[in-house]
Amino acid sequence: MSTRKTLVVAGHGMVGHRFVQAAIERGLTERYDVIVYGEEPREAYDRVALTSYYEVGADALSFLPGGKYEDPRAVVTLNTEVTAIDREAKTVALSDGTTQAYDVLVLATGAAPFVPPVPGKDLKNVFVYRTIEDLQAIEEAAKTAKAGVVIGGGLLGLEAANALHKLEVETHVVELAPRLMAVQVDDAGGATLKRHIEKLGLTVHTGVMTEFIDADKDGVEDGKVSGLKFKDVDEVLPADIVIFSAGIRPRDQLARDCGLEVAERGGILVSPNMQTSDESIYAIGECAAPGGRMYGLVAPGYTMAEVAVDALLEGPGEFLGADMSTKLKLMGVDVASFGDAFATTEGALELVYSDAVAGVYKKLVISEDCTKLLGGILVGDASSYGILRPMVSSGIALPENPEDLILPASRGTAQIGMPDEAQVCSCMNVTKGEICKAIHDEELTDVPAIKQCTKAGTVCGSCTNILKNLLTEEMEKSGKAVDKSICEHFAYSRQELFDLIKIGQLKSFDAVVEAHGTGRGCDICKPAIASILASQFNGHVLDNKTTGALQDTNDAYLANLQINGTYSVVPRIPGGEITPEKLIVIGEVARDFNLYTKITGGQRIDMFGARMEQLPEIWKRLVDAGFESGHAYGKSLRTVKSCVGSEWCRYGVQESVAMAIELELRYRGLRSPHKLKGGVSGCARECAEARGKDFGVIATEKGWNLYVGGNGGAVPAHAQLLAGDLSKEDLLKYLDRFLMYYVRTADRLQRTSTWIDQLDGGLDRVKEIVLHDSLGLGEELENEMARHVDTYFDEWKATIEDPEKVARFVSFINAPGTPDPNISFTEDRGQIRPVTFDEPVSLGSSIPVGAPQ
Amino acid sequence: MTKTADFISICRLEQLERERGATALVAGHAVAIFRTYDDQVFALGNYDPFSKSSVIARGIVGTRGDIPFVASPVYKQAFDLRTGACLDDAGVSVPAYEVRVEDGLVLVGPRKR
Ligand SMILES: Cc1cc2nc3c(=O)[nH]c(=O)nc-3n(C[C@H](O)[C@H](O)[C@H](O)COP(=O)(O)OP(=O)(O)OC[C@H]3O[C@@H](n4cnc5c(N)ncnc54)[C@H](O)[C@@H]3O)c2cc1C
Repeated sequence: MSTRKTLVVAGHGMVGHRFVQAAIERGLTERYDVIVYGEEPREAYDRVALTSYYEVGADALSFLPGGKYEDPRAVVTLNTEVTAIDREAKTVALSDGTTQAYDVLVLATGAAPFVPPVPGKDLKNVFVYRTIEDLQAIEEAAKTAKAGVVIGGGLLGLEAANALHKLEVETHVVELAPRLMAVQVDDAGGATLKRHIEKLGLTVHTGVMTEFIDADKDGVEDGKVSGLKFKDVDEVLPADIVIFSAGIRPRDQLARDCGLEVAERGGILVSPNMQTSDESIYAIGECAAPGGRMYGLVAPGYTMAEVAVDALLEGPGEFLGADMSTKLKLMGVDVASFGDAFATTEGALELVYSDAVAGVYKKLVISEDCTKLLGGILVGDASSYGILRPMVSSGIALPENPEDLILPASRGTAQIGMPDEAQVCSCMNVTKGEICKAIHDEELTDVPAIKQCTKAGTVCGSCTNILKNLLTEEMEKSGKAVDKSICEHFAYSRQELFDLIKIGQLKSFDAVVEAHGTGRGCDICKPAIASILASQFNGHVLDNKTTGALQDTNDAYLANLQINGTYSVVPRIPGGEITPEKLIVIGEVARDFNLYTKITGGQRIDMFGARMEQLPEIWKRLVDAGFESGHAYGKSLRTVKSCVGSEWCRYGVQESVAMAIELELRYRGLRSPHKLKGGVSGCARECAEARGKDFGVIATEKGWNLYVGGNGGAVPAHAQLLAGDLSKEDLLKYLDRFLMYYVRTADRLQRTSTWIDQLDGGLDRVKEIVLHDSLGLGEELENEMARHVDTYFDEWKATIEDPEKVARFVSFINAPGTPDPNISFTEDRGQIRPVTFDEPVSLGSSIPVGAPQ
Repeated sequence: MTKTADFISICRLEQLERERGATALVAGHAVAIFRTYDDQVFALGNYDPFSKSSVIARGIVGTRGDIPFVASPVYKQAFDLRTGACLDDAGVSVPAYEVRVEDGLVLVGPRKR
């Protein structure tokens, strides 16, 4: 009989967290109690996105808000450092003075910034850039600082410099090497990058060595930074802040102290299954050195975590090294480096394209016989990274004119025949063959579907363009050219139609079809055009001259068609808040018209079983009582769900109900490509399930976090953070822009999640457009939303006030008083329930089915 | 054999909106009446065999190639306004009725053969 064992994890960083997740998912917790010690005051967070702390705050970066795993057999203790390992006794000593026994120990202690022994390194206002606490301290110091220096012009140094620049500190980057990003790019690439960065207003000093950091007070122990003295330069560069970013060192001290083998250049030596020289101890992440080499990126660390879990489950997993290719956007500049970027392979040739004016530098390294791509560097335009990198890993033959690959506006890269074995997505290891097979077998027709099916492109997203190209190729091959036409009547996508209608100020279907289409439309283009016209002009959807005949079933009668030809009625209950009086009215209306009632998921009440001709009467009662249309029938804003918020809730930090009501009233009636739902939660407990909505707002101590792109349904999606800690004003501004941009550019029946997925650049693109206004559309989008808000009216009230519209709601045009005999009900659980018939039902059954005699 | 007298008058043409349906009660049956863009009038049985409900008149009217059609509002199958044949499912059809417009009056007659 085996008893449960204890597995101790040292370090709750990115990789430690991933390890615990995998341990839970793969059932390791069936055998082990997992105890995690983290030295930082907070649970694991997204260190890769550290810089966005300044925009979104700490909560948004957390991987485990609340610090608890769902599986109670995995427990995290924070603020606690593992201080020593006793391999003999199999215990670890902790900073709180206690010890903990282990059967298996996993070291995931990460790495620490390397601070060279420069005199003055212990002065106040000297920082590193690794943790949220570091960033908080820098933020504080920046408040009074004029100038700051980042020592180190590598990837992380430039990121720190950018942060400092954004904190409105005059920023200098100091690099010992003759160029920036010396590890990834060559001299010419570095120079191009430098020009880009200087254009942004930063100062770059390359090839200089820091002699000492100057202090404001001589000889005083805790003096503060006042400047930086370079070797061989007389003047001191004045500075109030210094950030060291001169590389990282694996945190392997624990291992050294207990005699585990370490690599020559640092890092705990591990075998391919992540075991250290002690078989009860594993090491993963940046502290580990498989094969003597440490990896300063998160993806290899994640792989190590998975391999270690596999090993503990007696699986065969091995870590086989990692692709250290990099592609990133640094201060708005694309930089990529892959394969043998420095042409170290014997006989390697270089092919360079450089445009100093546009700030583009591209280099390909190719084999001596010109048949294979070995590596490359791209600065200023890394759009071809997605195709070039897989060419390296798959070793496929170069096209005849390899320069085409880097020339501007090259013939695209789709035409280059990749073999099936070519790895397209290196993050998830998916080959071209697997993708094409999925496209073919599963009849996939868009990129989000490919991502979902094959998992390709779901991590870094850099292969999205290739996926698109492969899709086009495959569809063309099978004769299914990727046709953007919305239907046979219009050879345009919804977005194109939206623009054409806007530019042409077309106000009716007739005008649109005359200008851009053929035939008389169908059930696809008509509702789509109705929706576009409604978004742009906000007229009454039943207006005869414009959109009256275009509406789909539900919109046509401003109610939801149900199984037996009756309708359901949903009045708006903003934020789910309703007075007792109004509740009573709903009850009375339902009772008087004998309707079936049910509470919806959107916090309102649905009344079923209304005959079409009853709708105006029902709505008259509702409108008189102060209700308005809930647009449950439209491709438009449905509800903004809310929790009860700080007005009542002991945990709430903001008034979520008030916010939900405000948002629901703001966006009510907005016609959109698909239905839209929102949610507002008053604290991080998220009781409103806002992240399951197209837009979700979650209260923080400082304001509101805005999430976008969530939905329930067949393919659920969790909304992702767009921006954090927003004031109400900014929240409305960004939401206005987001929604309007979606309304403008999404495809018909495309929810926000798939829309975001198929945008080139995905969520980052949305951020650029919405937060940074990269298209300069911000004001226009806000104005459009303002116009929507100003021109909103209740379409049910307008309908019952217009006899012409009411005239449509008749059972029979020649017998308005006679109800359709096809509709009838039985009773179930005390309410009505529809009955369907296999044959049409006639009035006066003596008349045979068929023609009048 | 059908005679003119077998046609019953339903409504005036202007009462029908272009490219929208209306339901008429014809000899106890629910019949969907459509006025197309070019002012032709068609009549089909209102009962949708797919959804088993009386709704055809509430569908969207349009064209597929040269064929005028209505899409069932429930599951969107298309029916040829002239014959009642389902364009998406060869075996299925709804009845189509003769229609005349005389002196601005819409008249519905016997089932088409
Ligand atoms: C600003 C910045 C940007 C980055 N950008 C990228 C990028 O774009 N792409 C990329 O791949 N990587 C990037 N990285 C690197 C990436 O963050 C690391 O590769 C990753 O965090 C490594 O995970 P880890 O768990 O090994 O280490 P960490 O995330 O550092 O976690 C180690 C944890 O262990 C704790 N710990 C250490 N010793 C002990 C002890 N004795 N007892 C208890 N706890 C202990 C530490 O406090 C820490 O919380 C970036 C890093 C930074 C700082």
